[in-house]
Amino acid sequence: MHRYPLAKGTVVIRGGAVLTPAGLVDADVVIVDGLVTAVESNVTAPEGATVLDAEGCITGPGFVDLHTHLREPGKEQAETIASGARAAALGGYTAVVAMPNTSPCLDSAFVVRAVLDLGATTTTEVAVAGAITVGRAGEQLAPIAELAALGVQLFTDDGTGVQHGGVARRALDYCTGLGVTYAEHCEDLAIASGGVVHEGAWSAKLGLPGQPASAEEAMVARDLLLAGELGARIHLLHLSTVGSVELVRAAKAKGIAVTAEAAPHHFTLTDAEIASYDARFKVNPPLRPDEHVAAIIEGLCDGTIDAIATDHAPHTPETKDLPFDEAPPGMLGLETAFSLAYERLVEAAGMRVERLFDLLSTNPARIAELDAAGARPYGHTAHGARVAPGIPANLVVVDPSARWTVAGTALASLATNTPYEGRSMHGSVRHTILRGEPVVISGEAQR
Amino acid sequence: MIGPHLLSIADLGHDGIVQVLNVAESFAEVEKRTMKKVPALKGKVIATMFFEESTRTRLSFETAAKRLSADVLSLSVATSSVKKGESLKDTLKTIEALGIDAVIIRHRSSGAPLQAARFLDDIHVVNAGDGWHEHPSQGLLDAFTVRQAWAAAAGVDPATTGSSLFQGKKIVIVGDIAHSRVARSEVLAYTALGAEVTLVAPATLLPPSVEGWGVTVAHRLDPVLADADLISVLRLQAERGSGECVPSLREFTETFGMTEARAERLKDGALITHPGPMVRGVEIASAVADDPRCLVTTQVHNGVAVRMAALYLLLTGGNAVLDHSEANRDA
Repeated sequence: MHRYPLAKGTVVIRGGAVLTPAGLVDADVVIVDGLVTAVESNVTAPEGATVLDAEGCITGPGFVDLHTHLREPGKEQAETIASGARAAALGGYTAVVAMPNTSPCLDSAFVVRAVLDLGATTTTEVAVAGAITVGRAGEQLAPIAELAALGVQLFTDDGTGVQHGGVARRALDYCTGLGVTYAEHCEDLAIASGGVVHEGAWSAKLGLPGQPASAEEAMVARDLLLAGELGARIHLLHLSTVGSVELVRAAKAKGIAVTAEAAPHHFTLTDAEIASYDARFKVNPPLRPDEHVAAIIEGLCDGTIDAIATDHAPHTPETKDLPFDEAPPGMLGLETAFSLAYERLVEAAGMRVERLFDLLSTNPARIAELDAAGARPYGHTAHGARVAPGIPANLVVVDPSARWTVAGTALASLATNTPYEGRSMHGSVRHTILRGEPVVISGEAQR
Repeated sequence: MIGPHLLSIADLGHDGIVQVLNVAESFAEVEKRTMKKVPALKGKVIATMFFEESTRTRLSFETAAKRLSADVLSLSVATSSVKKGESLKDTLKTIEALGIDAVIIRHRSSGAPLQAARFLDDIHVVNAGDGWHEHPSQGLLDAFTVRQAWAAAAGVDPATTGSSLFQGKKIVIVGDIAHSRVARSEVLAYTALGAEVTLVAPATLLPPSVEGWGVTVAHRLDPVLADADLISVLRLQAERGSGECVPSLREFTETFGMTEARAERLKDGALITHPGPMVRGVEIASAVADDPRCLVTTQVHNGVAVRMAALYLLLTGGNAVLDHSEANRDA
């Protein structure tokens, strides 16, 4: 497969620390023709080499987002595969998994192939999560094997959970036989009862219909039981509650093959934000009170939650100006994820930088099978490995001391629906290198 | 000082509420004259935008605005470009371009008037009821109505009583509280004025939390009846799905309805309010609705004076001339 060619030429990343298999080491990184060839101090750059300044920075494996809504096909006014990929590169991502709730949705080989082909020439590698049921309707299984043959490793009806327990069980079972992973958007719609925010003090005060934490937790519990019983592997999307974290922690202790992700907004924002009725704070699962935020952080720190995933969900301004209950849920995430995670988890919660890279890169690459051991039949290069000679140069250089201010209109996404408008951020992505090509240099997208 | 918007009773606070009630008393005096108009808002333009139909609230606001001599634009959503897909923002911007001073908004979505206030520059926004959130003018007119009744019973001028008549009063709000914007506005008004508020409903019709509301919650009506000075009966909002929250209307009436038997057990001087429209035989028995202790028609009547007061205070800051005799000459 040659869909993802390695870039010719030599790049030297000079200065700062490098996340190697042995941990953080002060070193330069040499990339030749798309592969890392050396990680050592005081490298002499050969003539013609591109030299990237990384003084004071950390060079590590490029981030991998398990949960990106690229909106193409169907909502190209909010995001295209190209614009989303540019946002991803600026956010330090060298690979993203495109969610299937497009229009038409990603439930056929034809549409999946189109998305993969459009993604192959962008500034990040685009993998695909296929729909688990036809039309994401939760009834009939999608052509999972056919999509798996195209390299699809994750299957989900994200945007909604599979409501019917029997269908969910059958889908899990079917995925197991194919060696692909069922991923669930955990939300029992009957319990959620049309709620558009977290059910609690704020929903009560504001008169907005709330959905209780149990709407998420009931499906987490159901799916863990099914996965345990079938010996199936399962990935749980955007967990947001105390109970979900507890359930996953207990399931892991029992040896159930579960992985889980959490989104930056669920560990940085609370439901108090909705007091403004500003629909930029509307997201599903909804923002929750402090105790839930604390549980997500704890889960990220102790290994219960395996990955940070953005749930990047672009929406046009006109839809976000609708009344709160009518506006679509979702927020931009790709370009703010690293800064939020660095500030909240490393600076505030004392997480080690190595663990942060596990959450942003190594673990999601493994879950999506985009790592070296993964199947990657569509020809994606390997992501998520710590920096060492021989790996494809899918790298990010982050500057922990940088400060910047979020402005929706300055982001690369076509949409502007960031909930962090005007907020000062700690830490930024300085360079992103995709297969040896510097696609972002000093915070500027190169194409 | 009131304003620039009236989106929530919380925007007013104790002093603001009392100010509105007092100004409303003077407008109620105006209403008794043959010439009911005052020139306070002459030259001002007030628009009503009802995205959800409500004949009585719209008529009440428009009557109030006209009695203040404002020009009134009435946007009927059913015949406007909203039906053609125009957004709330563009509809508001269109109205703004017509040069209005205030807009009175009713919307099925909680928070829509707050969003409107963000979209508009220099235009006063009045919330005429948004989703389950609030209905501030209703809360004010309910407080006005019961203060007037208590003042009459005590033989005092209500305008001189401030909030004193509310101190220590036991107010029971019963029924579909979860889906009631009136309940939220009444709770804010009555607690701010110093009353002790108890919410009574089956758990399924209570909000998921009353944290910070400063109220007591009860799941049975009968034990709190005898002590109550005021029972505020709410409508079961069947159109908002409340029907699913109780086994049957019969059971709801049996357990939480203001039946004749329950009305018998009220203490002397106790009052009953209902924001309307009433569903006789469900939350309130027909005989109770027609009982002199039930103030429902007085509430409707007082709505005009209270809305005049709110509009007057919002648009003039209370500084315009309120010379009734001049108003009469002006005609």
